Amino acid sequence: MAAVTRGSYIFVSRLLSQHLCRRSFRLQNFRSGRTLQPLTFRCSREPQVFSRRALHAASVCCGPVVQFKLSDIGEGIMEVTVKEWYVKEGDKVSQFDSICEVQSDKASVTITSRYDGVIKKLYYDVDATALVGKPLVDIETESSSEVIQEEDVVETPAMAREEHTHQEIKGHKTQATPAVRRLAMENNIKLSEVVGTGKDGRILKEDILNFLAKQTGAILPPAPVQEIQTPPPSPPSTAAPVGRPVSTTTVAKAPPPRATPVFTGKDVTEPVKGFHKAMVKTMTAALKIPHFGYCDEVDLSRLVALRTELKPIAESRGVKLSYMPFFIKAASLGLLHFPILNASVDEDCKNITYRASHNIGLAMDTNQGLLVPNVKNVQLLSVFEIAQELNRLQALGTAGQLSTAHLSGGTFTLSNIGSIGGTYAKPVILPPEVAIGALGKIQVLPRFGAGNQVVPAHIMKVSWSADHRVIDGATMCRFSNLWREYLENPASMVLDLK
Amino acid sequence: MLQLRRSLALLRGETGNQRARTGSTFPFLDSADSSSGLVLQSQSTDVYQNLALEDWIDAHVDLQRRGILLLWRNRPAVVIGRHQNPWSECNLPAMRKMGIALARRRSGGGTVFHDHGNLNMTFFASKKAYDRKRNLKVVTEALRRLRPNLDIRATDRFDILLNGHYKISGTASRLSRKSSYHHCTLLHSADRSALSTVLRPSCPGIQSNATPSIPSPVANLTDHAPSLVLEELLEALVQQYNTEFGFSSARTLVDPSDESAFTGVGAMAAELRSWDWTFGRTPKFRVETLLELRDEQPPARCSAQLQVEVKAGRVESCRLDVPASWMPLRLSGQLSDVLVGERFCPHRAAAAVTAMLRAEKGQFHSRLHNLCEAVLAVMG
Repeated sequence: MAAVTRGSYIFVSRLLSQHLCRRSFRLQNFRSGRTLQPLTFRCSREPQVFSRRALHAASVCCGPVVQFKLSDIGEGIMEVTVKEWYVKEGDKVSQFDSICEVQSDKASVTITSRYDGVIKKLYYDVDATALVGKPLVDIETESSSEVIQEEDVVETPAMAREEHTHQEIKGHKTQATPAVRRLAMENNIKLSEVVGTGKDGRILKEDILNFLAKQTGAILPPAPVQEIQTPPPSPPSTAAPVGRPVSTTTVAKAPPPRATPVFTGKDVTEPVKGFHKAMVKTMTAALKIPHFGYCDEVDLSRLVALRTELKPIAESRGVKLSYMPFFIKAASLGLLHFPILNASVDEDCKNITYRASHNIGLAMDTNQGLLVPNVKNVQLLSVFEIAQELNRLQALGTAGQLSTAHLSGGTFTLSNIGSIGGTYAKPVILPPEVAIGALGKIQVLPRFGAGNQVVPAHIMKVSWSADHRVIDGATMCRFSNLWREYLENPASMVLDLK
Repeated sequence: MLQLRRSLALLRGETGNQRARTGSTFPFLDSADSSSGLVLQSQSTDVYQNLALEDWIDAHVDLQRRGILLLWRNRPAVVIGRHQNPWSECNLPAMRKMGIALARRRSGGGTVFHDHGNLNMTFFASKKAYDRKRNLKVVTEALRRLRPNLDIRATDRFDILLNGHYKISGTASRLSRKSSYHHCTLLHSADRSALSTVLRPSCPGIQSNATPSIPSPVANLTDHAPSLVLEELLEALVQQYNTEFGFSSARTLVDPSDESAFTGVGAMAAELRSWDWTFGRTPKFRVETLLELRDEQPPARCSAQLQVEVKAGRVESCRLDVPASWMPLRLSGQLSDVLVGERFCPHRAAAAVTAMLRAEKGQFHSRLHNLCEAVLAVMG
């Protein structure tokens, strides 16, 4: 790094001017791996703004098409089956990139490319038999004739050249393809200074480009124009000595005209498929239901204390106890008094079916999306049994192994969105149900307690939605009150537990 | 432990760049030992970790002048070859029930069942030194020395047969640019009933060009040599390996989950565990089968035809021919529609079909539900 002088930086900046790069880099990207020839080119005298984009290779030019033959696999094998192609016609490949996978007699072989270039033709389809010694792919490499045409004299600092020859004499083995070596040499970069990020520490094209960007970004003056201008009356921080290339932070000047970063992101359109397509249908049907919402807050202070007490007992039985089993059980107790909330209506709302089982669904966020497995027959289960079942469903959900039996047959749903965040919500009823509740997060908030004292209370917000065709506000309100009473005073649940 | 470090230093020392980059802490480097062998025994019984270790050695160790023998065993698992179709090779629902894992290895060949009674051996060598016959000779000679009364022979398909009839070992291998590995199994005392339960197709009607497995009658060594203990077998194999290749290495225990010794092995194991590798690499195939649908009350029956094309483990196209008399064509069409693009997996499809079923009420709901169940059963 220290060896690179200022003179060579200017040289580099000129190298990277748009005018030159398009021609020089086009040529060097596609060559077959043979002897290293120094590529020389014209050097423009005008200072040009450094443009990073110029470093990217332009389009391919015509070069000789090389037939890459299938090499000997060993053991006297003469034919193999092509099992998988990693490239297709038109793809760019570098030396050592994988081209295809072939199989012969229980041996799986990865064929890698010997050249840099563009794939022009694949000789076999998948499952076809390929013959050893016959062409496998055609690769278009760079043309050697064009190189000769471009040879012009350039002012290459003598020192840089020596360093490179030194490199070769020492026989220092830095892994890099010939194209990468040439790129490094043209920019007077010592391969030993570049950190390779490829396989086995191999130096890739990207590594050279990053190295260059770091160098030029750090020391190259923002614009040659600035050095000529007289500095205006500068702010107190005039620490910048005269004659040194100034950095933009110490002098208050108009920022140099820089190429505005261009956003090259593109919109991506893809069809909605599978599970998400099904969700589109479900949600469209769901929002045909006239919803009404009803919200309330619940003081869970006593429940929090109870759970803290019961948690170790449950753990000793091998079950993780959260608040959900309590919420679910309380809902089931409430549904016994308000069975219309555990019903379903048919297509045109002509008939209403009061479901006997309380199959309470729990909305679960999995990596596939929102799945709602349900706990069957909650009316028959104890809080502990519900906790066990929830553990089981959660494990299946994480493993992506929920079946239709778990996911269908629900009659009422609770969504614990509060475990991720949120207070009030507006849940959407999942057909064929008629009601749903969304539970916010439990927060410690100040509330008035006995004797008008302000006490900390564990408050959770609940938001219910119900089908207004068959449920009215008063029913929802009374159900919610009952549910709330059970949770605010867990001892009362004991009275009604079956 | 010092033994392990020395061995790993031997491995690391040859890969010059890597050593410079990671600043190896191994103090000992024996580069003068030009032609040497190494015998490693894995402490892990996790099939993914062991396969990842194989990959790691293949990718990071310079095998030009040395050979390595890796000995390993796994908890019950089914291992399919690189280009095979798991749905046609093994019974996925049964494996799920029995808690048997499924792994796809990077070498070719057929499907094998691994458990604690099955010993795996991997012979690592340079591509030039790749010689499966010679490797199998190590195994057959070792067995002959241990139990001269047994008739042990290697075939030209690189299987090892006991008494000319029972297969006790199968082979697979992988060739990369410069290196190669050849691994084989050895049935010492495997669970034969579990083996026969899981090594059958998950569903009927699969048509594919994936490499098929060739079933053979198998036997355990302990069936014919009940006194042969695994430890004895391991010792004999190591000795024969040293004799055959002129090495003198002792067994070294390695832990494939040790990131500091094998940098990047965790990521390799994670890739091998992923759905995309295990199922997503299945060559394109087609399933064509007949579904039997029935109603209970009142009893009624119907046959439907299902044709599914699966590419990269996902449903590319799905055609359901259900007679219009059984249910409106619109409904069976909706089911096919929802399955396209999803993984060919009963769980992923279950989520999709239950979501779809919610939107469908009406008199055909239960028939549609049955149809969904029948289709999901085909997915294994």
